[in-house]
Amino acid sequence: MSDNYGSIMKEGLWGQNVVFAQLLAMCPTMAVTTSGTNGLGMGLATTAVLVVSNILVSAIRHTVSSQVRIPVFVVLIATLVTIVDMAMNAWLHDLYKVLGLFIALIVVNCAILGRAEAFAVKNGVVASAVDGLAMGLGFTGALTVIGLIREFLGAGTLFAQASNLLGPAFAFLEMKVPGYGGALLMILPPGGFAILGFLLAGKRILDQRMEAKAAEAVGCAVHAAT
Amino acid sequence: MNFETFREKIGYQPVLLGTFALLASGALAWASSATGDAIAAAEAKDLRDSLSEVLPAGTADNDFLKDTVELEKDGKPIVIYRARKDGAVQAALFKVSERGYSGEIQVLMAVGTDGRALGVRVLKHTETPGLGDKIEIKKDPWVKSFDGKSLGDPAPEKWAVKKDGGVFDQFAGATITPRAVVKAVKGGMDFFTAHKAEITG
Repeated sequence: MSDNYGSIMKEGLWGQNVVFAQLLAMCPTMAVTTSGTNGLGMGLATTAVLVVSNILVSAIRHTVSSQVRIPVFVVLIATLVTIVDMAMNAWLHDLYKVLGLFIALIVVNCAILGRAEAFAVKNGVVASAVDGLAMGLGFTGALTVIGLIREFLGAGTLFAQASNLLGPAFAFLEMKVPGYGGALLMILPPGGFAILGFLLAGKRILDQRMEAKAAEAVGCAVHAAT
Repeated sequence: MNFETFREKIGYQPVLLGTFALLASGALAWASSATGDAIAAAEAKDLRDSLSEVLPAGTADNDFLKDTVELEKDGKPIVIYRARKDGAVQAALFKVSERGYSGEIQVLMAVGTDGRALGVRVLKHTETPGLGDKIEIKKDPWVKSFDGKSLGDPAPEKWAVKKDGGVFDQFAGATITPRAVVKAVKGGMDFFTAHKAEITG
């Protein structure tokens, strides 16, 4: 499995998706996804940290003994996030004003330590980097989707203030539904849980359909062979 | 003895942990010194931008970030930036805060030497999105209703939201938030009146 980058990507994006399959990182998921832009920004920042932390953990995996690996990984991840936080504050200050609050939240994202434990400590550097990227992008996608739905239902906009995050060239993403004030509940935490619940149910149904189809295909093949 | 068995020895663990803690501290110290100046500059620029926003254009010709007095308000130190023109103090800029619906609301305000509010902006708050966040200038022009008001106009007892018999609008579904902002600004006005001599002196 560790050598097959395609399957690593697929697991990260869909099969083992941090939010929709592992149900990890619920704190940033609920807190940040009040708009599509916020979800996207948090996802991208997390992806960057996840890739670097996976690479570092994988690189030191032979040096670190299993008894003290957890504190070592925690120190490593916390240091990494703090450096990212300071560097963004210093050199990307405008972006930092939008994302600054979320950067510190990355430290408490259990998905990062989770990937270090579940993947990077057992696999090579390149595979770990790919896993970090896949998990990060899967997380980004999940946050963006939840954020967009909550924003659309709750405020009647899509990608509001995206140009703050991505630059003025992306202002075309910003949309507003005319004459719709929005249902505030969707922006508040209960709305987040409700949307996540519906999305989880939707993913289950899709997975079951795909499984049934795969089983059917296998059945046909067996039938044809006999 | 190969590395595999050496790695399991009890003596190896503290050395390993210590080494990583040391490396992490070193990396943080380096990053902190490398970014410190840039962060300070960016924060000073932020402060200057927000101060310039509450101060009407052309009110000051000095660098009011450097012209400060430090006083005490409710037992806490408060920094007051003084905007001068031709050497005379024109306005005082300072931050006040008040507890809102869900946490502290930080308000930056500029008061002219004639006792009139020149501008008020909410710097930081954690009010309910969609209800209480209309105190932000980006969402609603409400906060401009303080411009030009002084303690005599309206009368001190009229410094309240309309629901409490005052002159300031509240928002549908959110009264506590604008009430807190009004209270913060009134507190700032009282403070300015009480310390006018120290501020302009």
